[in-house]
Amino acid sequence: MESSHYYRSLTRNMVLIMMLVSFTPLLLISGIIGYQFETSYRQKSLAHLSELVRKHQQNIDSFLIEKLSYIQVLVHSYSPDQLSDEAFLNHKLSVLQQAYGGVFVDLGLVNDEGMQVAYAGKLKLEKANYAQAEWFKRAMKRHYFISDVFLGLRRQPHFIVAVKQEWGGHQSILRATIDFEAFNSLVENIKIGETGSAFILNTAGEFQTMPRVEPFATKEFFLEIFERENRKTTEVETVDHPLGADVLPMVESYSPKEAGKMKDKTVIEGEGEFQGKSFIYVMTPLKGGEWVLVYQQDASDAFSHLYAARKLSIVILMLAGVTIGIISFFVAQKMVHYIESADKEKEMMNEQVIEAGKLASVGELAAGIAHEINNPVAVMVEEAGWMEDLLQEDEFKSGENLAEFERALKQIKTQGARCKEITHKLLSFARKTDPKIRSVELNELLEDIISISEQRARYSNVKIEKQLAEDLPFVNASPSEMQQVFLNLINNAIDAIGTNGGTITVTTRVDGGFAIVDVADTGSGIPKAMLARIFDPFFTTKPVGKGTGLGLSICYGIVKKMGGQISVNSAVGVGTTFHVYVPLPGDTGANENTPPSVA
Amino acid sequence: MNIATVLLVDDEVPFVEAMTRRLTKRNLTVLTAFNGQESLTSLGKNSSVDVVILDVKMPGMDGIDTLREIKKAFPLVEVIMLTGHATVETAIEGMKIGAFDYLMKPCDIDQLMAKVQEAKTKKRKHEEKIIQARIKEIALRRGD
Repeated sequence: MESSHYYRSLTRNMVLIMMLVSFTPLLLISGIIGYQFETSYRQKSLAHLSELVRKHQQNIDSFLIEKLSYIQVLVHSYSPDQLSDEAFLNHKLSVLQQAYGGVFVDLGLVNDEGMQVAYAGKLKLEKANYAQAEWFKRAMKRHYFISDVFLGLRRQPHFIVAVKQEWGGHQSILRATIDFEAFNSLVENIKIGETGSAFILNTAGEFQTMPRVEPFATKEFFLEIFERENRKTTEVETVDHPLGADVLPMVESYSPKEAGKMKDKTVIEGEGEFQGKSFIYVMTPLKGGEWVLVYQQDASDAFSHLYAARKLSIVILMLAGVTIGIISFFVAQKMVHYIESADKEKEMMNEQVIEAGKLASVGELAAGIAHEINNPVAVMVEEAGWMEDLLQEDEFKSGENLAEFERALKQIKTQGARCKEITHKLLSFARKTDPKIRSVELNELLEDIISISEQRARYSNVKIEKQLAEDLPFVNASPSEMQQVFLNLINNAIDAIGTNGGTITVTTRVDGGFAIVDVADTGSGIPKAMLARIFDPFFTTKPVGKGTGLGLSICYGIVKKMGGQISVNSAVGVGTTFHVYVPLPGDTGANENTPPSVA
Repeated sequence: MNIATVLLVDDEVPFVEAMTRRLTKRNLTVLTAFNGQESLTSLGKNSSVDVVILDVKMPGMDGIDTLREIKKAFPLVEVIMLTGHATVETAIEGMKIGAFDYLMKPCDIDQLMAKVQEAKTKKRKHEEKIIQARIKEIALRRGD
C-alpha cells in the first residue's frame, strides 16, 4: 500500500515535470509571439481604418466644399436681378442637376428679411419665410453656411448650403438644398466586413446620415470620446478649416491652397466597450469640427482573421497539451513500471544477500563456538589421559574397579573425540578446507568419492550406480570442496535409504552452461515441510549425536560461492534427487542462464 | 632417563598442566610457557630445550609469529605445532616457516610422543652434522 502510493506520486511528479518542461517554452513562445502579432495586427488594422476614414473625411469635406463653391460661383457671377428671376434659377438648377445628378434639389434666393424671393425646384416654396429658421439666422451672420440635416418646411431630411452676398446695401442669401440621399451614400459607401459602417453625428448628437448598422454605443458615448480627444489635439494645433464656421469666419472663396489646410489630422481611433460588447471606432471631425464622422466595427468582425488565428492556435495548443499530457503520462507510467520492477528485483536480491549474510554470520558464530569448545575439550581429554596414565601405577593395578575406571575414561576420550569432530566440522563450515581453484574432472572426482563411499554403502545394502556423461568438460573448482559436496550428498543418500537397501544413482550431464550432477536415492524422501529448511545450518533429522546439521548447508555455501546452484526434488516414499549445477569455465552463458531456484 | 627436553607453549593453563604431567610421566623434561614472549625468554635461558610444542592460537603473539621468532633465534630447536582447528593453510604456513610437524588438538598422547622423539632425533642429527662440520673445519685449519 505504502509502496503503491510512492509509485503513484512518482508517476505524478514525472508527469508534472515533463508537462512543465514541455509547456513552459510552448506557452512562452506562443504567448510572446501571439501578443506581438496581435498588437501589431491591431495597430495595422486601426491604421488602415484611420487611413480609410481620413480619405472619406476628405471626400465628404470636398463634397461640401464643392457644393459650396458652386453656390459661391453663382452668387459672385450673377446680379441679384438675374438671381431673382425664377426662370434663370431654374436654368441654373437644371445645369447643376445635369452635372451632379440629383444632389441639388432646389435653389432659392432669400432676402435679408427671410423671405424667399425666388425659387427653383419641384417644391412650391415661393415666398416661404425663413426668418425664424435656424440656418437663416446663422447664415446672416456669416458669408456662407452649411446647415445640419433637418426636416425643415418640406418635412424631408435635407441640408442647406447658403451663401450671403451684399448688393447695394441689401443682403441676400442664395441657398441650395442638398439631397440627403446623395450625401448619405457618401458615408454609406464605407462598408467593411459584416459590421463595419460609418455615420455622421453633429456636435449636438444628431445623426446626419442614416447608420447602416445600429450604433454599438449611444451617440453620447462617441461624442464624449471625440470631444475629449479633440480637445487634446486642438489645444496643440489650431485647425484651420475652410468650412469651420466659427474658426474661419471670412473665407471669400475656396482656393486650392486652402484645400491643403483642409486635411484635418485629428483622427481618433481606439477600442471601446459598451454594454459588454467590444468594438473599434475611428472618428474624425468634419465640417470644421461641427460634425463627426464615426466609423465603427464590431471587434470580433474587425479582427476576425486575428481571432480565427488565435482560435486555431489555441486549439493547436490544447491538442498539443492533451497529446503531451497523454504521452508524458504513458512515458512516466512506463518508466515507473521499470523502476518498480527494478526495485522488486533489488528487493529480491537484497533478500538473497541477507540470506547469504545470515548463513555467513551463522558460520562465523559456529567457528567461534568451535574454538571456544575445543580448548576445554582438549583439557578434559588430557586429564582423562592423565588418569589413564595413573591407572598404570601399581597401586591401582589391584583395584577391583580398575576395568570400570578404564572403560569410563575410554568413554570420556571417545566423547571428546566426537566433540572434536563436531568442532572441526563447524570450523570447516566457516572456513573452506582448500579453496584453491583448479581444473577438475568431475567424473574422475565422482568415481573416487563413489569408491570411498562404496564400503559404507555395502553395509547398508545400497548399490551405487553411475551414469556419467563421457564428454563432460572440465570445471574450475576447488577439488577438496567438490569432494566435500558430493561426499556429503552421497552420505546423506546412504543415510536416507537406511538399512532396507536401495539404489543411489549418480548422473552427470551438461545443460545450458552448467555441468549438472544429480544424486538420486530411493530413500524415504523429504517431507514438504522440511524441504525448505534442509539447507539451513544445524537442521537435521538424524538422531542426536549422529548428525550436526551442517552437511547440506556447507554444500550450499560451497556451490553458491562458485556461482553454481543446488536444488532438490523429493517425494516421500519414492526418493530424493539433489541437482548440483557447476558453472562451466569461460562460458558467458553461465551468467545468462540462471539455473532454476532452489525448490 | 630423559628422552628429551620439551617446552610446552599454550595459553590454556589447565591444558599445559595436564600435558606436563603426562609428558613428564613419559620421561620428558617439560618446561612451560603461557605465551609466545615467555617461550622465547625460556628458550634463551634453557639451551637444553630440544622440541617446542607450540599452540597456534594464542592471544597476543600467535603461534605462527612465535614460530618465526624461534626459528630466527634458535634455528636448531624443532617445533611441533598444535592446531585447534584443522585448517590446512595454517599447517602449511607453519611447515613453510620451518615447523617440524603439526597435530590437531586434542591429540593422542602416543602420537605426540612419537613426534617428539622424531623431532629430537632430527635435531640430534643436525647437531651431529654441525659438530662434524666444525671438526672438519678445525681439521682443515690445522692442515693449513
